[in-house]
Amino acid sequence: MTNEEIKEYISTLAPAATFDETGEWLNILVDPTALKPLMADLRTGKMQMNYLFCVTCVDFKTHLTMVYHLSATTHRQSIVIKANVNRDTPVIETVCDIWRTAEFLEREVFEMFGVNFTNHPDLRKLILEDDFKGFPLRKDFEDPINMIKL
Amino acid sequence: MYNQTEIIKDTSELGAEGELVINMGPQHPATHGVLHLVVTLNGETIKKIEPHLGFIHRSIEKMCESLTYRQFIYVTSRMDYLSSHINNLGCALLIEKGMQIEVPDRAKYIRVILSELTRIASHELWLGAMAMDLGAFTPFFYAFREREMITDIMEDTCGARLTMNYIVPGGLMYDLHPDFQKKVKAFITQFKSKVTEYEDLVTNNIIFQSRTKGVGILSAEDAISYGCTGPVARASGVSCDIRKIYPYEVYDKVEFDEVIETAGDSFARYIVRVKEMNQSIRIIEQLIDNIPEGDFVAKTKNVLKLPKGEFYSRVETARGEFGVYIVSEGGTTPHRIKFRSPGFSNLSVLNHIAAGGMIGDLMASMGTLDLVIPDIDR
Repeated sequence: MTNEEIKEYISTLAPAATFDETGEWLNILVDPTALKPLMADLRTGKMQMNYLFCVTCVDFKTHLTMVYHLSATTHRQSIVIKANVNRDTPVIETVCDIWRTAEFLEREVFEMFGVNFTNHPDLRKLILEDDFKGFPLRKDFEDPINMIKL
Repeated sequence: MYNQTEIIKDTSELGAEGELVINMGPQHPATHGVLHLVVTLNGETIKKIEPHLGFIHRSIEKMCESLTYRQFIYVTSRMDYLSSHINNLGCALLIEKGMQIEVPDRAKYIRVILSELTRIASHELWLGAMAMDLGAFTPFFYAFREREMITDIMEDTCGARLTMNYIVPGGLMYDLHPDFQKKVKAFITQFKSKVTEYEDLVTNNIIFQSRTKGVGILSAEDAISYGCTGPVARASGVSCDIRKIYPYEVYDKVEFDEVIETAGDSFARYIVRVKEMNQSIRIIEQLIDNIPEGDFVAKTKNVLKLPKGEFYSRVETARGEFGVYIVSEGGTTPHRIKFRSPGFSNLSVLNHIAAGGMIGDLMASMGTLDLVIPDIDR
Protein backbone atom coordinates (compact mmCIF):
# COMPACT_ATOMS: atom_id res chain seq x y z
CA MET A 1 0.00 0.00 0.00
CA THR A 2 1.22 3.49 -0.72
CA ASN A 3 1.20 6.18 1.94
CA GLU A 4 -1.83 7.81 0.29
CA GLU A 5 -3.82 4.58 0.49
CA ILE A 6 -2.84 4.05 4.13
CA LYS A 7 -3.86 7.62 4.94
CA GLU A 8 -7.22 7.13 3.28
CA TYR A 9 -7.76 3.83 5.06
CA ILE A 10 -6.84 5.19 8.47
CA SER A 11 -9.00 8.31 7.98
CA THR A 12 -12.04 6.05 7.72
CA LEU A 13 -11.10 4.32 10.99
CA ALA A 14 -9.99 7.37 12.96
CA PRO A 15 -11.29 10.58 11.35
CA ALA A 16 -9.36 12.85 13.74
CA ALA A 17 -5.95 11.35 12.86
CA THR A 18 -3.24 13.68 11.56
CA PHE A 19 -0.37 12.55 9.34
CA ASP A 20 3.29 13.45 9.07
CA GLU A 21 5.43 12.22 6.19
CA THR A 22 8.64 14.12 6.86
CA GLY A 23 10.45 11.16 8.41
CA GLU A 24 11.39 7.77 7.03
CA TRP A 25 7.99 6.27 7.76
CA LEU A 26 4.43 7.54 7.82
CA ASN A 27 3.63 8.98 11.26
CA ILE A 28 0.02 8.91 12.41
CA LEU A 29 -1.02 10.95 15.42
CA VAL A 30 -4.28 9.82 16.99
CA ASP A 31 -6.29 10.69 20.07
CA PRO A 32 -5.51 8.31 22.99
CA THR A 33 -9.17 7.30 23.24
CA ALA A 34 -9.21 6.30 19.56
CA LEU A 35 -5.97 4.30 19.79
CA LYS A 36 -7.26 0.90 20.84
CA PRO A 37 -9.93 0.40 18.14
CA LEU A 38 -7.49 1.61 15.49
CA MET A 39 -4.75 -0.76 16.68
CA ALA A 40 -7.16 -3.71 16.76
CA ASP A 41 -8.17 -3.01 13.19
CA LEU A 42 -4.58 -2.56 12.01
CA ARG A 43 -3.79 -6.00 13.41
CA THR A 44 -6.80 -7.93 12.14
CA GLY A 45 -8.06 -5.82 9.25
CA LYS A 46 -6.69 -5.07 5.80
CA MET A 47 -3.23 -3.94 6.96
CA GLN A 48 -2.36 -7.14 8.92
CA MET A 49 0.23 -5.38 11.07
CA ASN A 50 1.27 -8.41 13.11
CA TYR A 51 4.68 -7.24 14.29
CA LEU A 52 4.97 -4.53 16.94
CA PHE A 53 8.70 -3.97 17.17
CA CYS A 54 9.06 -0.95 19.39
CA VAL A 55 6.92 0.72 22.03
CA THR A 56 8.27 3.77 23.77
CA CYS A 57 7.39 7.16 25.13
CA VAL A 58 8.92 10.60 24.62
CA ASP A 59 8.73 13.46 27.11
CA PHE A 60 8.21 16.76 25.31
CA LYS A 61 7.97 18.69 28.62
CA THR A 62 4.43 19.89 27.78
CA HIS A 63 3.05 16.41 27.13
CA LEU A 64 4.11 12.79 26.77
CA THR A 65 3.91 11.03 23.41
CA MET A 66 3.42 7.29 23.15
CA VAL A 67 5.15 5.88 20.07
CA TYR A 68 4.26 2.51 18.54
CA HIS A 69 6.34 1.15 15.64
CA LEU A 70 4.34 -1.33 13.61
CA SER A 71 5.31 -3.60 10.80
CA ALA A 72 4.10 -6.76 9.10
CA THR A 73 5.96 -9.95 8.32
CA THR A 74 4.07 -10.25 5.05
CA HIS A 75 4.40 -6.91 3.25
CA ARG A 76 7.19 -5.42 5.46
CA GLN A 77 5.78 -1.90 5.48
CA SER A 78 6.38 0.05 8.66
CA ILE A 79 4.19 2.77 10.12
CA VAL A 80 4.40 4.74 13.34
CA ILE A 81 1.36 5.39 15.52
CA LYS A 82 1.56 8.16 18.10
CA ALA A 83 -0.74 9.39 20.80
CA ASN A 84 -0.25 12.42 23.03
CA VAL A 85 -1.13 11.92 26.65
CA ASN A 86 -1.52 14.37 29.49
CA ARG A 87 1.63 14.77 31.58
CA ASP A 88 -0.11 14.99 34.99
CA THR A 89 -2.48 12.05 34.63
CA PRO A 90 -1.19 10.00 31.69
CA VAL A 91 -3.65 7.22 30.87
CA ILE A 92 -3.88 5.12 27.73
CA GLU A 93 -5.38 1.76 26.97
CA THR A 94 -3.09 -1.24 26.71
CA VAL A 95 -2.46 -3.05 23.44
CA CYS A 96 -1.02 -6.21 25.01
CA ASP A 97 -4.06 -8.28 24.13
CA ILE A 98 -3.29 -7.51 20.47
CA TRP A 99 0.47 -8.02 20.56
CA ARG A 100 1.86 -10.06 23.46
CA THR A 101 5.22 -8.28 23.33
CA ALA A 102 3.51 -5.10 24.54
CA GLU A 103 3.13 -6.53 28.03
CA PHE A 104 6.81 -6.11 28.94
CA LEU A 105 7.34 -3.00 26.84
CA GLU A 106 4.40 -1.24 28.49
CA ARG A 107 5.61 -2.22 31.94
CA GLU A 108 8.91 -0.52 31.09
CA VAL A 109 7.15 2.64 29.91
CA PHE A 110 4.98 2.57 33.06
CA GLU A 111 7.94 2.65 35.41
CA MET A 112 10.10 5.01 33.37
CA PHE A 113 7.44 7.57 32.40
CA GLY A 114 4.52 6.88 34.73
CA VAL A 115 2.04 6.21 31.95
CA ASN A 116 -0.89 4.12 33.24
CA PHE A 117 -2.12 1.43 30.90
CA THR A 118 -5.73 0.52 31.55
CA ASN A 119 -6.68 -3.17 31.34
CA HIS A 120 -3.03 -4.26 31.50
CA PRO A 121 -2.96 -7.70 33.17
CA ASP A 122 0.13 -7.16 35.31
CA LEU A 123 1.16 -3.52 35.56
CA ARG A 124 4.10 -3.57 37.99
CA LYS A 125 7.64 -2.24 37.93
CA LEU A 126 9.89 -4.44 35.80
CA ILE A 127 13.42 -3.07 35.95
CA LEU A 128 13.45 -0.59 38.82
CA GLU A 129 13.14 -1.43 42.50
CA ASP A 130 9.63 -1.73 43.85
CA ASP A 131 10.00 1.28 46.16
CA PHE A 132 11.62 3.58 43.60
CA LYS A 133 10.09 7.07 43.57
CA GLY A 134 9.75 9.16 40.44
CA PHE A 135 9.91 8.50 36.73
CA PRO A 136 13.57 8.52 35.64
CA LEU A 137 13.22 9.04 31.90
CA ARG A 138 11.10 12.16 32.29
CA LYS A 139 13.00 15.35 31.59
CA ASP A 140 12.38 16.91 35.01
CA PHE A 141 13.62 13.89 36.99
CA GLU A 142 16.27 14.78 39.52
CA ASP A 143 18.21 12.20 41.51
CA PRO A 144 20.47 13.76 44.15
CA ILE A 145 22.34 10.52 44.95
CA ASN A 146 22.99 8.83 41.62
CA MET A 147 23.81 11.71 39.31
CA ILE A 148 23.35 10.73 35.70
CA LYS A 149 23.78 14.16 34.18
CA LEU A 150 27.27 14.84 32.88
CA MET B 1 13.65 -6.02 44.48
CA TYR B 2 11.88 -8.93 46.15
CA ASN B 3 13.10 -10.14 49.49
CA GLN B 4 12.47 -13.60 50.83
CA THR B 5 9.60 -12.78 53.21
CA GLU B 6 7.63 -11.06 50.50
CA ILE B 7 7.85 -14.06 48.26
CA ILE B 8 6.61 -16.38 50.98
CA LYS B 9 3.73 -13.99 51.65
CA ASP B 10 2.88 -13.96 47.95
CA THR B 11 2.65 -17.73 47.73
CA SER B 12 0.39 -18.02 50.75
CA GLU B 13 -1.96 -15.65 48.97
CA LEU B 14 -1.93 -17.87 45.92
CA GLY B 15 -2.92 -20.65 48.25
CA ALA B 16 -2.98 -23.50 45.76
CA GLU B 17 -2.10 -26.82 47.29
CA GLY B 18 1.18 -28.46 46.36
CA GLU B 19 2.65 -25.31 44.80
CA LEU B 20 6.21 -24.40 45.44
CA VAL B 21 7.94 -21.14 44.57
CA ILE B 22 11.66 -21.22 44.00
CA ASN B 23 14.06 -18.43 43.18
CA MET B 24 16.36 -19.18 40.29
CA GLY B 25 19.10 -16.60 40.33
CA PRO B 26 20.23 -13.83 40.52
CA GLN B 27 23.36 -15.91 41.09
CA HIS B 28 22.73 -19.10 39.20
CA PRO B 29 25.30 -20.97 37.11
CA ALA B 30 22.95 -21.29 34.16
CA THR B 31 21.59 -17.77 33.87
CA HIS B 32 24.95 -16.28 32.76
CA GLY B 33 24.42 -12.99 34.45
CA VAL B 34 22.13 -11.62 37.09
CA LEU B 35 18.73 -12.75 35.94
CA HIS B 36 16.27 -13.58 38.70
CA LEU B 37 13.48 -15.99 37.82
CA VAL B 38 10.68 -16.65 40.30
CA VAL B 39 9.45 -20.08 39.25
CA THR B 40 6.13 -21.44 40.51
CA LEU B 41 6.17 -25.23 40.49
CA ASN B 42 3.62 -27.92 40.93
CA GLY B 43 5.71 -30.97 41.65
CA GLU B 44 8.26 -30.82 38.86
CA THR B 45 5.96 -29.07 36.42
CA ILE B 46 6.43 -25.36 35.86
CA LYS B 47 3.26 -23.36 36.33
CA LYS B 48 4.59 -19.86 35.90
CA ILE B 49 7.90 -18.08 35.40
CA GLU B 50 8.25 -14.47 36.38
CA PRO B 51 11.49 -12.72 35.45
CA HIS B 52 12.71 -10.00 37.80
CA LEU B 53 15.09 -7.70 35.99
CA GLY B 54 17.18 -4.68 36.76
CA PHE B 55 20.18 -5.97 38.69
CA ILE B 56 22.52 -4.33 36.20
CA HIS B 57 20.25 -1.53 35.04
CA ARG B 58 22.51 1.43 34.30
CA SER B 59 19.92 3.72 32.71
CA ILE B 60 21.82 3.81 29.46
CA GLU B 61 18.98 5.59 27.66
CA LYS B 62 19.03 8.46 30.15
CA MET B 63 22.81 8.58 30.10
CA CYS B 64 22.82 8.89 26.30
CA GLU B 65 20.60 11.97 26.50
CA SER B 66 23.53 13.92 27.89
CA LEU B 67 26.19 12.45 25.58
CA THR B 68 27.02 13.80 22.13
CA TYR B 69 26.51 11.78 18.97
CA ARG B 70 30.18 10.83 18.93
CA GLN B 71 30.18 9.74 22.56
CA PHE B 72 27.02 7.69 22.93
CA ILE B 73 28.21 4.92 20.57
CA TYR B 74 30.71 3.71 23.15
CA VAL B 75 28.01 3.17 25.75
CA THR B 76 26.18 0.78 23.44
CA SER B 77 29.15 -1.61 23.51
CA ARG B 78 28.29 -2.26 27.13
CA MET B 79 24.76 -3.38 26.36
CA ASP B 80 25.06 -6.58 24.38
CA TYR B 81 28.73 -7.14 25.07
CA LEU B 82 28.89 -10.20 22.82
CA SER B 83 27.87 -8.27 19.72
CA SER B 84 29.22 -4.88 20.69
CA HIS B 85 30.59 -4.28 17.20
CA ILE B 86 27.13 -4.71 15.67
CA ASN B 87 25.55 -2.43 18.29
CA ASN B 88 28.08 0.27 17.37
CA LEU B 89 27.24 -0.28 13.71
CA GLY B 90 23.53 0.27 14.35
CA CYS B 91 24.19 3.63 16.02
CA ALA B 92 26.68 4.73 13.37
CA LEU B 93 24.19 3.84 10.60
CA LEU B 94 21.56 6.03 12.24
CA ILE B 95 23.85 9.05 12.42
CA GLU B 96 25.02 8.51 8.85
CA LYS B 97 21.42 8.25 7.68
CA GLY B 98 20.38 11.36 9.59
CA MET B 99 23.30 13.50 8.43
CA GLN B 100 23.59 11.94 4.97
CA ILE B 101 27.22 10.99 5.39
CA GLU B 102 28.60 8.86 2.56
CA VAL B 103 30.71 6.05 4.03
CA PRO B 104 33.74 4.89 1.98
CA ASP B 105 33.48 1.39 0.49
CA ARG B 106 36.54 0.20 2.37
CA ALA B 107 34.87 0.96 5.70
CA LYS B 108 31.67 -0.80 4.62
CA TYR B 109 33.51 -4.01 3.74
CA ILE B 110 35.52 -4.05 6.96
CA ARG B 111 32.42 -3.34 9.02
CA VAL B 112 30.62 -6.33 7.52
CA ILE B 113 33.58 -8.70 7.93
CA LEU B 114 33.96 -7.73 11.57
CA SER B 115 30.20 -7.99 12.13
CA GLU B 116 30.23 -11.55 10.88
CA LEU B 117 33.28 -12.42 12.97
CA THR B 118 31.43 -11.00 15.96
CA ARG B 119 28.42 -13.15 15.13
CA ILE B 120 30.56 -16.30 14.98
CA ALA B 121 32.27 -15.42 18.27
CA SER B 122 28.91 -14.84 19.93
CA HIS B 123 27.43 -18.09 18.64
CA GLU B 124 30.58 -19.97 19.69
CA LEU B 125 30.29 -18.71 23.23
CA TRP B 126 26.60 -19.55 23.25
CA LEU B 127 27.30 -23.05 21.97
CA GLY B 128 29.82 -23.79 24.68
CA ALA B 129 27.75 -22.29 27.47
CA MET B 130 24.54 -23.93 26.31
CA ALA B 131 26.12 -27.39 26.20
CA MET B 132 27.58 -26.76 29.63
CA ASP B 133 24.14 -25.85 31.00
CA LEU B 134 22.94 -29.25 29.87
CA GLY B 135 25.85 -30.99 31.55
CA ALA B 136 28.29 -31.42 28.66
CA PHE B 137 31.49 -29.74 29.66
CA THR B 138 33.79 -30.58 26.74
CA PRO B 139 32.11 -28.51 23.97
CA PHE B 140 32.93 -25.40 25.99
CA PHE B 141 36.65 -25.88 25.35
CA TYR B 142 36.11 -26.75 21.69
CA ALA B 143 34.04 -23.61 21.16
CA PHE B 144 36.49 -21.37 23.00
CA ARG B 145 39.40 -22.65 20.95
CA GLU B 146 37.92 -21.07 17.80
CA ARG B 147 36.49 -18.08 19.62
CA GLU B 148 39.95 -17.26 20.93
CA MET B 149 41.23 -16.81 17.36
CA ILE B 150 38.50 -14.26 16.69
CA THR B 151 39.16 -12.31 19.87
CA ASP B 152 42.85 -12.23 18.91
CA ILE B 153 41.95 -10.77 15.51
CA MET B 154 39.74 -8.23 17.27
CA GLU B 155 42.50 -7.32 19.67
CA ASP B 156 44.96 -6.69 16.84
CA THR B 157 42.52 -4.67 14.78
CA CYS B 158 40.33 -2.84 17.28
CA GLY B 159 42.52 -2.82 20.35
CA ALA B 160 39.98 -4.63 22.48
CA ARG B 161 38.70 -8.16 22.78
CA LEU B 162 35.12 -7.55 23.86
CA THR B 163 34.05 -3.90 23.69
CA MET B 164 35.47 -3.04 20.31
CA ASN B 165 34.44 0.62 19.83
CA TYR B 166 35.98 0.43 16.37
CA ILE B 167 33.22 2.24 14.51
CA VAL B 168 32.85 6.00 14.38
CA PRO B 169 30.18 7.93 12.46
CA GLY B 170 31.47 8.04 8.90
CA GLY B 171 33.68 4.97 8.94
CA LEU B 172 36.23 3.38 11.22
CA MET B 173 38.47 4.68 13.94
CA TYR B 174 41.68 3.56 12.26
CA ASP B 175 42.80 1.38 9.38
CA LEU B 176 43.15 -2.40 9.41
CA HIS B 177 45.99 -4.25 11.04
CA PRO B 178 48.44 -5.35 8.27
CA ASP B 179 48.06 -9.04 9.23
CA PHE B 180 44.26 -8.88 9.27
CA GLN B 181 43.57 -10.78 6.03
CA LYS B 182 46.18 -13.44 6.77
CA LYS B 183 44.77 -14.07 10.23
CA VAL B 184 41.16 -14.16 9.09
CA LYS B 185 42.05 -16.70 6.40
CA ALA B 186 43.85 -18.82 8.96
CA PHE B 187 40.75 -18.67 11.11
CA ILE B 188 38.49 -19.74 8.23
CA THR B 189 40.69 -22.77 7.53
CA GLN B 190 40.74 -23.70 11.19
CA PHE B 191 37.00 -23.20 11.64
CA LYS B 192 36.07 -25.26 8.58
CA SER B 193 38.14 -28.21 9.69
CA LYS B 194 36.78 -28.08 13.23
CA VAL B 195 33.08 -27.37 12.67
CA THR B 196 32.43 -31.05 11.93
CA GLU B 197 33.63 -31.81 15.43
CA TYR B 198 30.66 -29.95 16.84
CA GLU B 199 28.36 -32.17 14.81
CA ASP B 200 29.95 -35.32 16.22
CA LEU B 201 30.18 -33.96 19.73
CA VAL B 202 26.89 -32.11 20.15
CA THR B 203 24.49 -32.32 17.20
CA ASN B 204 24.57 -36.10 16.86
CA ASN B 205 24.81 -36.65 20.57
CA ILE B 206 21.77 -38.68 21.60
CA ILE B 207 21.66 -37.20 25.12
CA PHE B 208 21.76 -33.65 23.77
CA GLN B 209 19.06 -34.45 21.23
CA SER B 210 16.71 -36.03 23.74
CA ARG B 211 17.13 -33.07 26.08
CA THR B 212 16.39 -30.44 23.45
CA LYS B 213 14.02 -31.99 20.91
CA GLY B 214 10.39 -31.10 21.58
CA VAL B 215 11.39 -28.80 24.45
CA GLY B 216 10.25 -25.18 24.60
CA ILE B 217 8.18 -25.22 21.44
CA LEU B 218 7.35 -21.79 20.02
CA SER B 219 4.92 -21.39 17.13
CA ALA B 220 5.45 -18.90 14.32
CA GLU B 221 2.40 -16.79 15.29
CA ASP B 222 3.53 -16.55 18.90
CA ALA B 223 7.08 -15.71 17.86
CA ILE B 224 5.80 -12.73 15.86
CA SER B 225 3.32 -11.69 18.53
CA TYR B 226 6.00 -11.72 21.23
CA GLY B 227 8.33 -9.72 19.00
CA CYS B 228 10.96 -12.47 18.87
CA THR B 229 13.70 -11.98 16.33
CA GLY B 230 16.97 -13.57 15.36
CA PRO B 231 17.63 -17.31 15.65
CA VAL B 232 14.73 -17.70 18.11
CA ALA B 233 12.16 -16.60 15.53
CA ARG B 234 13.93 -18.20 12.59
CA ALA B 235 13.82 -21.59 14.32
CA SER B 236 10.02 -21.21 14.34
CA GLY B 237 9.89 -20.55 10.62
CA VAL B 238 9.64 -16.75 10.71
CA SER B 239 11.77 -14.98 8.14
CA CYS B 240 13.17 -12.00 10.04
CA ASP B 241 16.79 -11.50 9.00
CA ILE B 242 17.37 -7.76 8.75
CA ARG B 243 20.40 -8.43 6.55
CA LYS B 244 18.03 -9.88 3.92
CA ILE B 245 14.93 -7.73 4.41
CA TYR B 246 16.51 -4.28 4.80
CA PRO B 247 20.10 -4.79 3.59
CA TYR B 248 22.62 -2.36 5.01
CA GLU B 249 26.28 -1.81 4.13
CA VAL B 250 27.26 -4.49 1.57
CA TYR B 251 24.89 -7.30 2.55
CA ASP B 252 23.03 -6.88 -0.74
CA LYS B 253 26.23 -7.65 -2.67
CA VAL B 254 27.09 -10.93 -0.94
CA GLU B 255 25.42 -14.30 -1.29
CA PHE B 256 24.19 -16.05 1.81
CA ASP B 257 21.13 -17.98 2.92
CA GLU B 258 18.77 -17.04 5.66
CA VAL B 259 18.70 -20.13 7.88
CA ILE B 260 15.11 -21.10 8.68
CA GLU B 261 13.94 -24.15 10.61
CA THR B 262 10.32 -24.95 11.27
CA ALA B 263 10.30 -27.21 14.35
CA GLY B 264 10.37 -24.27 16.79
CA ASP B 265 11.94 -26.30 19.63
CA SER B 266 15.25 -25.89 21.41
CA PHE B 267 17.02 -28.21 19.00
CA ALA B 268 15.89 -26.12 16.02
CA ARG B 269 17.26 -23.00 17.68
CA TYR B 270 20.55 -24.81 18.16
CA ILE B 271 20.64 -25.91 14.51
CA VAL B 272 19.90 -22.38 13.28
CA ARG B 273 22.87 -20.94 15.17
CA VAL B 274 25.29 -23.62 13.98
CA LYS B 275 24.19 -23.16 10.38
CA GLU B 276 24.41 -19.38 10.75
CA MET B 277 28.07 -19.67 11.66
CA ASN B 278 28.67 -21.41 8.34
CA GLN B 279 26.78 -18.67 6.50
CA SER B 280 28.89 -16.03 8.23
CA ILE B 281 32.02 -17.83 7.05
CA ARG B 282 30.55 -17.75 3.55
CA ILE B 283 30.07 -13.98 3.73
CA ILE B 284 33.59 -13.39 5.04
CA GLU B 285 35.10 -15.56 2.28
CA GLN B 286 33.41 -13.44 -0.38
CA LEU B 287 34.64 -10.17 1.08
CA ILE B 288 38.06 -10.83 2.57
CA ASP B 289 39.99 -10.71 -0.73
CA ASN B 290 37.99 -7.84 -2.17
CA ILE B 291 38.43 -5.10 0.44
CA PRO B 292 38.77 -1.97 -1.71
CA GLU B 293 41.65 0.42 -1.19
CA GLY B 294 40.96 4.01 -0.17
CA ASP B 295 39.85 6.00 2.82
CA PHE B 296 38.58 4.22 5.89
CA VAL B 297 36.64 7.18 7.21
CA ALA B 298 34.61 9.96 5.63
CA LYS B 299 35.42 13.55 6.46
CA THR B 300 32.97 14.77 9.07
CA LYS B 301 32.68 17.83 11.26
CA ASN B 302 34.06 17.63 14.75
CA VAL B 303 30.69 18.39 16.29
CA LEU B 304 27.86 16.34 14.86
CA LYS B 305 24.33 17.71 14.85
CA LEU B 306 21.39 15.59 13.76
CA PRO B 307 18.66 17.60 12.05
CA LYS B 308 15.36 18.00 13.91
CA GLY B 309 13.22 14.93 13.50
CA GLU B 310 12.99 11.25 14.29
CA PHE B 311 15.31 8.51 13.11
CA TYR B 312 15.28 4.75 13.36
CA SER B 313 17.88 2.25 12.24
CA ARG B 314 18.07 -1.48 12.67
CA VAL B 315 20.72 -4.12 12.33
CA GLU B 316 20.86 -7.87 12.84
CA THR B 317 22.92 -8.74 15.90
CA ALA B 318 23.73 -12.29 16.94
CA ARG B 319 20.53 -12.28 19.00
CA GLY B 320 18.13 -10.59 16.60
CA GLU B 321 16.91 -7.20 15.56
CA PHE B 322 18.62 -4.32 17.32
CA GLY B 323 16.91 -1.00 16.77
CA VAL B 324 17.93 2.54 17.66
CA TYR B 325 15.27 5.23 17.82
CA ILE B 326 16.35 8.83 18.26
CA VAL B 327 14.21 11.92 18.64
CA SER B 328 16.35 14.91 17.81
CA GLU B 329 15.63 18.54 18.55
CA GLY B 330 18.50 19.66 16.33
CA GLY B 331 21.13 19.93 19.03
CA THR B 332 24.35 18.08 19.71
CA THR B 333 22.72 15.54 22.03
CA PRO B 334 19.63 13.40 21.45
CA HIS B 335 16.36 14.49 23.04
CA ARG B 336 15.25 10.90 23.54
CA ILE B 337 16.99 7.68 22.62
CA LYS B 338 15.48 4.22 22.78
CA PHE B 339 17.28 0.96 22.15
CA ARG B 340 15.08 -1.85 20.95
CA SER B 341 17.11 -4.74 22.29
CA PRO B 342 16.46 -8.24 20.93
CA GLY B 343 17.04 -9.93 24.29
CA PHE B 344 14.21 -8.02 25.96
CA SER B 345 11.59 -9.36 23.57
CA ASN B 346 13.12 -12.83 23.51
CA LEU B 347 12.99 -13.00 27.31
CA SER B 348 9.30 -12.08 27.37
CA VAL B 349 8.51 -15.37 25.61
CA LEU B 350 10.19 -17.50 28.31
CA ASN B 351 7.05 -17.99 30.42
CA HIS B 352 5.10 -18.95 27.33
CA ILE B 353 7.48 -21.66 26.12
CA ALA B 354 8.57 -23.11 29.46
CA ALA B 355 5.28 -23.13 31.43
CA GLY B 356 3.76 -26.59 31.43
CA GLY B 357 7.15 -28.22 30.96
CA MET B 358 9.50 -29.76 33.48
CA ILE B 359 11.89 -27.78 35.66
CA GLY B 360 14.78 -29.77 34.16
CA ASP B 361 13.81 -28.59 30.69
CA LEU B 362 13.89 -24.94 31.73
CA MET B 363 17.66 -24.81 31.16
CA ALA B 364 17.24 -26.12 27.63
CA SER B 365 14.51 -23.60 26.85
CA MET B 366 16.26 -20.64 28.43
CA GLY B 367 19.70 -21.56 27.15
CA THR B 368 18.57 -21.51 23.53
CA LEU B 369 17.01 -18.05 23.91
CA ASP B 370 20.61 -16.80 24.24
CA LEU B 371 19.90 -14.11 26.81
CA VAL B 372 22.52 -11.47 27.54
CA ILE B 373 21.39 -9.69 30.67
CA PRO B 374 23.00 -6.22 30.19
CA ASP B 375 21.18 -6.10 26.87
CA ILE B 376 17.85 -6.70 28.61
CA ASP B 377 18.37 -4.37 31.57
CA ARG B 378 20.18 -1.61 29.64
